[in-house]
Amino acid sequence: MSVLLDDAIRRLRASPAAIFALFIIVAVVMIALLGPWLNPNSTQTLDWLHVAAAPTFQSAHWFGTDRLGRDLYVRTLAGARVSIAIGLVASTISILVGVSYGAIAGYIGGRTDHLMMRIIEILSGLPLIFFVIFLTVIFGRSESLLFISIGAVGWLTMARIVRGQTLSIRQQEFIAAAVAGGAGTGRIIAKHVIPNVIGPVIVYATLTVPQIILFESFLSFLGLGIQEPGASLGSLIAEGVGEMEAAPWMLLVPGGFLAVLLLCLNIFGDGLRDALDVKEA
Amino acid sequence: MVATLSVDNLNIRFAHRTGMLEAVAGASLRIEPQECVGIVGESGSGKTQLFLAAMGLLAGVAQVSGSIRFAGNELLGAKAAALNRVRGSKLTMVFQDPMTSLTPHLRIGTQLAEVLVSHAGQSWKEARGAAESMLEHVRIPDPKRRLQQYPYELSGGMRQRVMLAMSLLCKPDLLIADEPTTALDVTLQAQIMELLRAARGETGMALALISHDLGVIAGLADRILVMYAGRIVENASAAELLLRPRHPYTAELLKCVPSLSGPRLARMPTLAGQPPQPGEALQACPFAPRCSRAADRCRVERPALAGSSMSQVACHFPLP
Repeated sequence: MSVLLDDAIRRLRASPAAIFALFIIVAVVMIALLGPWLNPNSTQTLDWLHVAAAPTFQSAHWFGTDRLGRDLYVRTLAGARVSIAIGLVASTISILVGVSYGAIAGYIGGRTDHLMMRIIEILSGLPLIFFVIFLTVIFGRSESLLFISIGAVGWLTMARIVRGQTLSIRQQEFIAAAVAGGAGTGRIIAKHVIPNVIGPVIVYATLTVPQIILFESFLSFLGLGIQEPGASLGSLIAEGVGEMEAAPWMLLVPGGFLAVLLLCLNIFGDGLRDALDVKEA
Repeated sequence: MVATLSVDNLNIRFAHRTGMLEAVAGASLRIEPQECVGIVGESGSGKTQLFLAAMGLLAGVAQVSGSIRFAGNELLGAKAAALNRVRGSKLTMVFQDPMTSLTPHLRIGTQLAEVLVSHAGQSWKEARGAAESMLEHVRIPDPKRRLQQYPYELSGGMRQRVMLAMSLLCKPDLLIADEPTTALDVTLQAQIMELLRAARGETGMALALISHDLGVIAGLADRILVMYAGRIVENASAAELLLRPRHPYTAELLKCVPSLSGPRLARMPTLAGQPPQPGEALQACPFAPRCSRAADRCRVERPALAGSSMSQVACHFPLP
């Protein structure tokens, strides 16, 4: 494992775009986490003296304020934190649930596999937006509901990918050797199958994060996600769109944040895929 | 005495769109404790399938009937948990291709120790120690370093020795070696065979040696079974079978073994014709189309394996 990893890291280093993207991602995350300490404003305080003020350094509203005089810098960072958290939670769920689900279905095969894959198909056949609206109607809007509904569907593709990989690994001789060695099904899946699929899993998990962030922003933009007074990049963008002509920074600041984050995550994911794809190297 | 492995009337078939393919038909054999039995046959003769069935490794579509008992316990249809108690500890198997038989992302030491941890309930530390001495035992130089390495860092011969070490860790009662040297070059073949011989002498295990090469088997086996088209056609002590083969197929096989001392031949002798396709319905002797001794009876009636338990042959007109 470690050798494969060393190799992958070496190849990743050789790709300046991926390294640069990683650097930006780390920077954005650091700013999102630590940035608010550098600024005196809070997400909820209303500054009546500076309503819809343009970005300036004198008033400590570095990115300007919104219609209610709330500081856009701290609110954007709060939104970025929400986005990043959702991305991480969703990819963790996708790794934990998706990988074990896919490996079990693929390794056991037969009827179990059939049944498990039909469940996935039903879940992925659900129109996601309706699903989320449906849940919000029943349970009311809340942040945890957003996490749950995104998590509930985020692992489906991962499970499919892992199942596909498992199907080919299952045919290999070292699995027969492990069976002949008396290893039980659970041990074989955990020790001999899953570590072998780790490459595609890492890549797909990295590429899941921007997808999920985008989806969350999309829901919040529609008003289905994070609610006022909370902030998410999507809800900030929705507000900004309304003031686009009078106060463009209200759109550009959260929009720029989202775009940079997504772009860098995607570039990094691509670089990682190239680095881990041993076949091409 | 209870046989280490006894196979009774084993049939293995595969459903295929062209009909049923018969991989093994009515095979019966016994392997006594400490005995080394060689199983010879050409590709597709069913020799590997027979032993895969014993290990519970047959493809899911296979239809199996008959009985395979290991130390008196039925293996066919046994629960996986019950199989796993003997598989890998008392009944082990070494596969043909050492390049693909080790899990690529686990260190050699981990793979070896895992066997002892799961079968003997040893701690990882103890198991690693035992793995190291076993590697030394199969003459792998610098075993401590090898334990830390990954399979790709080892050569083919080295890996086959690791596989052998793995199968010997729990002191098996029966080791099945499925063409253990086919993927290796000749000098390594000799070394691996020597290791098998030594391991057998030390542990007193029984050994089932599968090969298509009579030469590989001849030096080690006490008894040789010859398989043809899914059937056992001859079963005799090694000395007897090699010197006085009774089945025409065995005789032809022996003719094909090149000799170092004999006259130099312009062309290697070969056996004309092809073995029957597995799907062909066989009322007749399967070897009849290629047999120089075949008579009308051979084309209508299939000979059964007959004779004393020491020497059996399935032929209407065996060689004297």
